[in-house]
Amino acid sequence: MNTLDFETWQALNRLYAAYAQAVDTAQWDQWVELFVDDCDYRVQPRENHERGMPLSTLALLSKGMLRDRVYGIKETLFHDPYYQRHVTGVPLVERVEDGVIVAQANYAVFRTKLSQESTVFNVGRYLDRIRITPEGLRFEQRHCVYDTEMIPNSLIYPI
Amino acid sequence: MATVFPIKPVWEDQGSSRVPFWAYTDEALYQRELERLFYRGHWCYVGLEAEIPNPGDFKRTVIGERSVILTRTADDAICVVENVCAHRGMQFCRERHGNKKEFVCPYHQWSYTLKGDLQGVPFRRGVKQDGKVNGGMPKEFNPAEHGLTQLKVAVRGGVVFASFDHDVEPLEDFLGPEMCAYFDRLFNGRKLTILGYNRQRIPGNWKLMQENIKDPYHPGLLHTWFVTYGLWRADNKSELKMDAQFRHAAMISTRSQQAATSEVTAGVTSFKAGMEVNDKRLLDIVQEPWWNGPTAVMMTVFPSVIFQQQVNSVSTRHIQPNGTGSFDFVWTHFGFEDDTPEMTQRRLIQANLFGPAGFVSADDGEVIELSQCGFEQKPNHRTVAELGGYGVDNTDHMVTETLIRGMYNYWRKVMDV
Repeated sequence: MNTLDFETWQALNRLYAAYAQAVDTAQWDQWVELFVDDCDYRVQPRENHERGMPLSTLALLSKGMLRDRVYGIKETLFHDPYYQRHVTGVPLVERVEDGVIVAQANYAVFRTKLSQESTVFNVGRYLDRIRITPEGLRFEQRHCVYDTEMIPNSLIYPI
Repeated sequence: MATVFPIKPVWEDQGSSRVPFWAYTDEALYQRELERLFYRGHWCYVGLEAEIPNPGDFKRTVIGERSVILTRTADDAICVVENVCAHRGMQFCRERHGNKKEFVCPYHQWSYTLKGDLQGVPFRRGVKQDGKVNGGMPKEFNPAEHGLTQLKVAVRGGVVFASFDHDVEPLEDFLGPEMCAYFDRLFNGRKLTILGYNRQRIPGNWKLMQENIKDPYHPGLLHTWFVTYGLWRADNKSELKMDAQFRHAAMISTRSQQAATSEVTAGVTSFKAGMEVNDKRLLDIVQEPWWNGPTAVMMTVFPSVIFQQQVNSVSTRHIQPNGTGSFDFVWTHFGFEDDTPEMTQRRLIQANLFGPAGFVSADDGEVIELSQCGFEQKPNHRTVAELGGYGVDNTDHMVTETLIRGMYNYWRKVMDV
């Protein structure tokens, strides 16, 4: 099955939009809350993904690890300040199985540093598994597989 | 008042503790660096044997700014050739890895063995038409003189180095006995398994990355993670060692098990006493027998590579300069053939600390970029790397910038600056 009833489809789109809003407005605690507890969030070069190599640029394998990343962003990582802006494509629903929506979507992230022009920071696609929970839709997996061959210096915020 | 831009860059001091900013910005000096450090007299990192496990496997990479290809031939020899066709100079190999029986330049189909020998030239003997032979290469054309540039290759512990300079000293002499010992500790003959790559482009001079891993002053200050969890702290038991020419170095450190003393954290704004990770797997450190004590050995092999062991995370970090103010930094994370699935998972999770998004490495790229900004603003100024004095010595502590002074001591000699 690869179609959703209208209400679920709408909820899926709302989840995608809420995700982009959270990571673009630095609402990191909201970002964490879009995931289930035993989640799997990765940012991985396309090269590793396609060659079957397990290394990710970021591999956060629980909600606790997401919180640890948030702490890093807020308290420990020094970096040049920047804004990010996500443009996410329409989700392609592959299938629904056991209360989980398997979907993917293209994304582009632009970076704007203070006193600098806006540049393309990271482009790729999300490979998602979204669980239907009593609280609404939540990510149990979001893999950001990126085409961008060279990360422009560093990647601080989640994609 | 001194001028902002040097009329003629001259390093006037005798020592190597005050590095002129123009050493990071001057175009002519940079070309001399490529010539004298990357293309002559030095071994440069090209990859790991495990990246090309089968005959015919190849990997495209660079030495300095020159594109080269690492290959494994049918008879299992490891070769490195330059990615420039002998005919018209085209950089013919575009894939970054793969498996081939031969290299063929698409432009005029000149073909080469994986060792780089020229084996085929279309129309070499001309084209017959109406009973006469048109064109063709001159009679005396000798394919043996028109192979790809073949580099000298050294393999040690599964790591492949190459040099355009066939007169370069043996790799063992280049590294020196002490660096060899630390190298062999990590690459002790076990087969490596490749976990994957991370690639970042850092807008700073390539030397800053060497310096970053020759600078034990910053990790306990910039990197909160290191300070708080004792992974790298001023009160760690540690040693700094160099080769006889001070170009390579190892920073050897053993993690503090006790809580940080007030001396090393007083006034250190990055120290977070209350910090605790939510998911303990990020710091699930398991002692491995081959460590023989130290929990971290960070090794800089001049000019092209860093070998990392930070607890259970091991990687090579390849420095690929492109201009005075930029370099690509390629991380290859690996494990060992006898790793359990749990150990592989541990290495992958600890990789969160490193790379372009790493809890501790992301800020290194940032400070390098901003250092370069400072250098370009006033090239006639200089740094002050005088923690621990002016000299160049091995030490049994890390409260010193001796390794940076060592590197510039060597750099001045080779560069005639």
